[in-house]
Amino acid sequence: MNTLELTGITMVFNQGGANEVTALDGIDLSVAPGEFISLIGPSGCGKSTLLRLVGDLLSPTSGTAQVNSKTPHQARLDRDYGMVFQSATLLEWRRIAENVELPLEVMGVAKAQREATAREMLELVQLEKFSDHYPWQLSGGMQQRVAIARALSFKPSILLMDEPFGALDEMTRERMQMELLRIWEETNTTIVFVTHSIPEAVFLSTRVVVMSPRPGQISDVIDIDLPQPRVFETREDTRFFELLTKVRESLRKVEGEEPGA
Amino acid sequence: MTSDRLHKYGPAIVLFVGALAVWEGAVRVFDIQGFILPAPSAIAATFASQWSELWPAGLGTFLSALGGLALGSVVAFLASLSAARWTAVRDGAMPLAIAANSTPIIVLAPIANAWFGLLNPFGTIAVVAVLVFFPIMINLVRGLTSAPATQVELMRSYATPSRTVLAKLQMPSALPYLFSAMKVAVALSVIGAIVKEYFGGPQDRLGQYITLKAGLFQFEEAWAAIVLASAFGILLYTVVVALERRVMPWHVSVRSAS
Repeated sequence: MNTLELTGITMVFNQGGANEVTALDGIDLSVAPGEFISLIGPSGCGKSTLLRLVGDLLSPTSGTAQVNSKTPHQARLDRDYGMVFQSATLLEWRRIAENVELPLEVMGVAKAQREATAREMLELVQLEKFSDHYPWQLSGGMQQRVAIARALSFKPSILLMDEPFGALDEMTRERMQMELLRIWEETNTTIVFVTHSIPEAVFLSTRVVVMSPRPGQISDVIDIDLPQPRVFETREDTRFFELLTKVRESLRKVEGEEPGA
Repeated sequence: MTSDRLHKYGPAIVLFVGALAVWEGAVRVFDIQGFILPAPSAIAATFASQWSELWPAGLGTFLSALGGLALGSVVAFLASLSAARWTAVRDGAMPLAIAANSTPIIVLAPIANAWFGLLNPFGTIAVVAVLVFFPIMINLVRGLTSAPATQVELMRSYATPSRTVLAKLQMPSALPYLFSAMKVAVALSVIGAIVKEYFGGPQDRLGQYITLKAGLFQFEEAWAAIVLASAFGILLYTVVVALERRVMPWHVSVRSAS
């Protein structure tokens, strides 16, 4: 059973209107449990739209999506998704631990259990010392780790990440990538990860899905056969550079140039 | 801490005392008549001698303002909840709210007198409620719908019931807007109560007191009443600011001050 099964997904915004846009056209994609899939492509290729369709934040114009053999809507009601956005979207009036507890609160988990889980999750992202701080007291990278802890707190089977490290500086970004891989191995969550960065996609993923714009289509799926677990030296591996080149050339074919930032 | 406070409030105190001194000096040097501009010292003396009459009048006006503030806030809160929830309510109610806001108080005062009777303090409460309704309602609607799209998506991804979204996301997001509105509303409430009473109301209220004394050319008394009204306005404002610090210590406007 695949975690994710997309068949002929088409998404048209403002259908019939003067500003009609076909954001996605005929998307087919299967994702096995425990995979780490990156969606990469130039701006406007519909990768964020695709992520939102999977997460039932949007509904496709046509085509079917199955998440754990359910409709995305049912999967959302079953709390199968953890979402992480480019901005940490922490609630500024809640302390760090309270932010991590938010989904558990919504789901009616008892207070003692919530606090224990929040502690465990903050340990996972190594921020246990900051549980009583407010979001504004944390750096951007730390805030994003809190957002990841929050997304994992209710043990969703799929983590949907929309350019989660896009706003971070390069050093923080590489540290966060290592941390995300460690968490991925520990939790065995399936991850769908939207990014603009070729090295990020190659370093993190088991497969990279290359998308082309106007209309958004999958133009290539590249297996990343780098050994697991990925380590710091993976980035210096010859195979890493070969795969970078492969993804880059695939992207050049779709746009005729490298993707914009 | 003490030197911090001095640093913070020092300029305001210097300015206030300086302005009083210039005022006092100008009245004495240019020999300005009391009915044009009484000296601060004269106002202070009148304030003290008239205290037994001023205080009950001021308290009555203050309580009416407070009552109107409470009534207007509650109605505005309920209205903004439904306006934030249903677009149709927002589209339908906004023109009415704007119309209410454009109605001059000099029209509202006689209507209130006709409805509730000249001496019924509820007339003043009703006028104040109408006055404070608009700024609170418009700010709250804005605040309740101010959460960023990604935070709304986040709540959706947890399949959060809408009343939980209201309680855990929309209401806290609206707090800064609410406090901004309340700072405007508390000042409006005192002004509104006095102006309403000016156009008719119980005799033992500040509005009638000012009407009476101004009619008798006793401007020191009128000014003393204004000082008392300002004091009530400042008191209410201070309470709002203190509440703001207590309720949202996380907010950017407050955290730098703590």
